[in-house]
Amino acid sequence: MQKSIRELHQALESGATTSTALTEKYLAAIEKQDDQIGAFLHVDAEGALKRAAELDERRKSGERLTPLAGIPMALKDNMCTLDMPTTCASRILEGYVSPYEADVVTRLKAQGAVILGKLNLDEFAMGGSTEHSYYKMTRNPADTSRVPGGSSGGSAAAVAAGEAVYTLGSDTGGSIRQPASFCGVAGLKPTYGRVSRRGLVAFASSLDQIGPIARSVEDLAYILPAISGYDPMDSTSANRPVDRTDVLLGKDVSKMRIALPTAFFGDGLQKEVKEAVLKAAKRYESLGAQVEEVDMPTLKHALPAYYLISSAEASSNLARFDGVQYGYRTESFDSLGDLYKKSRGEGFGREVKRRILLGTYALSSGYYDAYYQKALKVRTLIQSEFRRIFEGFDAVLSPVAPTTAYKFGAHSKNPVEMYLEDIYTVPVNIAGLPGLSVNCGVDSEGLPIGMQLIGRAFDEATLLSLGYAYEQSFMKGGASDGE
Amino acid sequence: MANNDIYEVVIGLEVHVELATETKIFCGCPTTFGAAPNTQCCPVCMGMPGTLPVLNEKVVEYAARAGIATHCTLTTRGRQDRKNYFYPDLPKAYQISQSQLPIAEHGYLDIQVEGNTRRIGITRIHIEEDAGKLVHDGGEGTLIDYNRCGVPLIEIVSEPDLRSAEEVKAYLQKLRAMVMYLGVSSGKMNEGAFRCDVNLSIRKHGETAFGTRTEMKNLNSFAFIAKAIESETARQIKVIESGGQVTQETRRWDAAKGVSAAMRSKEDAHDYRYFPDPDLMPIIIDDEMQASLRASMPLLPDDYIDQYTKQYGIKPEVADALVSDKAVAEYFESVVKEVKDADMLANFMMTEVKRLMASGEEESAIGMSVHQLASLINLASSEKINLSIAKKVADKIWNTDILPKDYIDSEDLWPIVDRTVLEAFADQVLTQNPRILSDYLGGKTQAFGAYMGQMMRLTKGKADPGVSEQIFMDRIQK
Repeated sequence: MQKSIRELHQALESGATTSTALTEKYLAAIEKQDDQIGAFLHVDAEGALKRAAELDERRKSGERLTPLAGIPMALKDNMCTLDMPTTCASRILEGYVSPYEADVVTRLKAQGAVILGKLNLDEFAMGGSTEHSYYKMTRNPADTSRVPGGSSGGSAAAVAAGEAVYTLGSDTGGSIRQPASFCGVAGLKPTYGRVSRRGLVAFASSLDQIGPIARSVEDLAYILPAISGYDPMDSTSANRPVDRTDVLLGKDVSKMRIALPTAFFGDGLQKEVKEAVLKAAKRYESLGAQVEEVDMPTLKHALPAYYLISSAEASSNLARFDGVQYGYRTESFDSLGDLYKKSRGEGFGREVKRRILLGTYALSSGYYDAYYQKALKVRTLIQSEFRRIFEGFDAVLSPVAPTTAYKFGAHSKNPVEMYLEDIYTVPVNIAGLPGLSVNCGVDSEGLPIGMQLIGRAFDEATLLSLGYAYEQSFMKGGASDGE
Repeated sequence: MANNDIYEVVIGLEVHVELATETKIFCGCPTTFGAAPNTQCCPVCMGMPGTLPVLNEKVVEYAARAGIATHCTLTTRGRQDRKNYFYPDLPKAYQISQSQLPIAEHGYLDIQVEGNTRRIGITRIHIEEDAGKLVHDGGEGTLIDYNRCGVPLIEIVSEPDLRSAEEVKAYLQKLRAMVMYLGVSSGKMNEGAFRCDVNLSIRKHGETAFGTRTEMKNLNSFAFIAKAIESETARQIKVIESGGQVTQETRRWDAAKGVSAAMRSKEDAHDYRYFPDPDLMPIIIDDEMQASLRASMPLLPDDYIDQYTKQYGIKPEVADALVSDKAVAEYFESVVKEVKDADMLANFMMTEVKRLMASGEEESAIGMSVHQLASLINLASSEKINLSIAKKVADKIWNTDILPKDYIDSEDLWPIVDRTVLEAFADQVLTQNPRILSDYLGGKTQAFGAYMGQMMRLTKGKADPGVSEQIFMDRIQK
């Protein structure tokens, strides 16, 4: 059984283990099995061990360190680091080293985090299976013939495979929650603005949010305060107080009201997933919460709105990769236009190109009002629908994805099928709300099933307390539900 | 020329003004002009992956001040949009600008042309970031200097209300003076701090519909702008007269050749795919901020023109010209306190001082101290010297610290007013040129001019004209 962050912190404090020992253990796990899993794009063994030794030294000298100090973790490879490449799993950023580091990296370093390396993803975080990485395939540790989900597939697989205590992912339309669900771990997409986006290579600026993936909800509650907080250099960062771990886990869930949107339990949902989530709902009732079905008619428009908004923003955000200043440049070209076309044509993968084309089209003169503008209106409607629901409820419960982890290549013929996988997760990004993915069982093939809890803006405490209460109910009463 | 009786030229201007903020619009890099290439940039202004813009509040304040000065309505909730296009001087491949909700809209600027006041509409003023500079180096291909990336600009768009090159010049001079008086820009055209695109079309007098317009870019001096307008007007008239149609296109002015050439037509014009920049929050200019900006506006060119005409009795067009350069106006104000004839000072400044300034290498350097000019004007206004001597003295003491009086002493330029001395010269003239007197008496009045000319020649211009004239008249009486 893997130890929690709390337990590791205690072991480090008591001297039962050292950061060096822990780091060596995780590096050994990576060494031993990552050929098979493929979670890491870059491992910085030397840097991690050096950092671990420093922290051991500081601890030995009597310094009181934070709960994350000395604990090995890893970053999705779309967060900028100074001492490792940042590739976004794209050929166009092969070997690119950022001249500055992401705000989350600075914060984690200040907390004493030991960074093992950078993790695989769908190129530029576009995709739900991590199959769209230019560099490698990442396999689901629960069944290596299946995808780990995505785009933060490396982040979820690394945690599930015991190659990092926790990881950071980014979530634009479900990219933390869905791979966490597929790999059977916990993942949190914080409220938009909770975690600085500075140094996160942008996919869709109005939707992107960094968040943690870990083995348990309890662990998430240790990581969130460490990465959150106002960043004056991110204009969309929220200047709001950050709850401490005990507050995040300590809310009384017994009087909480949970909404089940009927729209999220209809056609296309795998039967076993539906049953597992409804069973979790029952469990909340047994903990004293009230669960009620609700009608949220605008949710069905979230998916098309999401693909328009995210692709439109992506088409602009990714325009800077033009072969001029940094990154991949084509071998030979005979004009400026040729340089652009070839560098981008050769540097980007198919899925990224598809999104750029879609987004460019949606923003084009004559189509803007029909597509992008309309999508923004839908966004406003969805936001107000959630606001209305949260007047009477503390959280919304739903599946994370319609299915459990699928086989490699299952959706490679039809991208729309893959996009439909995001149907339950994208409304959360559209509305800028926090969303938590928690394991709630396995299907008949032993594949993990995740449930999603959606909360009010900046109320991660309710979500984490609900998730924690669910986890704890198995600890205290024993895993008596037959799971 | 005859064509100008048939055709009317219609011009609207887009003026880009670099704001004189200490730091760039979205990062903390300095904006100093002329630094070594790529020494004033950071990951943000170089558009490195993952970077985010944070709006410099000063930029909003400066743009709002320009809006107030041009009688615009300020937005209460502005927005910044991305203008998407690929070019190597634009590292993000989009420029952060404003499309739908600019800082200021619906204003005007009054200009003086040939003694008349014309009111030119201001469509909008918006903020945006400047791009970098491409340096075409023969040997190594094209190099990029990112220093200018992210230098804040305001774009001031006028209505198509201008009707001649003279009006354009008056408008630009007024606008440039305004931004300089506001302290929001250096206004230096040679540093690209004040640049102009000209939208121009022609139509027959009396028509109300606009003709097809062309846009001319790359105009960075008043002289080029005037030439470009004349040349483009003539070109369009020629096209129409020969039965053709003007094509809507962007043209680039080639100052060396003195002609414009088509850059791109409407068909291959960019679709900039403007959309709200999701990295930036709305710009809120609330009532409180508006009130505080309005309460702290400096005096502007119009205020000074008003003051100069009322307080010193200077003609409006001279006052207008004086205030068009803030440094000149400030100099004028220092000198005017020490002179008796403000009107003479203003006229002397707008002719002689301007001429001497233009002859120098540095555009706006004034090569005479306040005291030097004040004493020179006082000598002239008290008729101790005449204006032609004053001009000569100004020429000689420019860029020196010699006082006018000392120079006149040393060169013995004081006018000869002593009647006895002048009578001797007059007699010499009349004796040597007997025909002058006989011609004059015979009715040829121009003979008087010949007399005065000879007087001046003999006295090296120092003969007092009044006394000399009196002597001549006295001689005729005899």
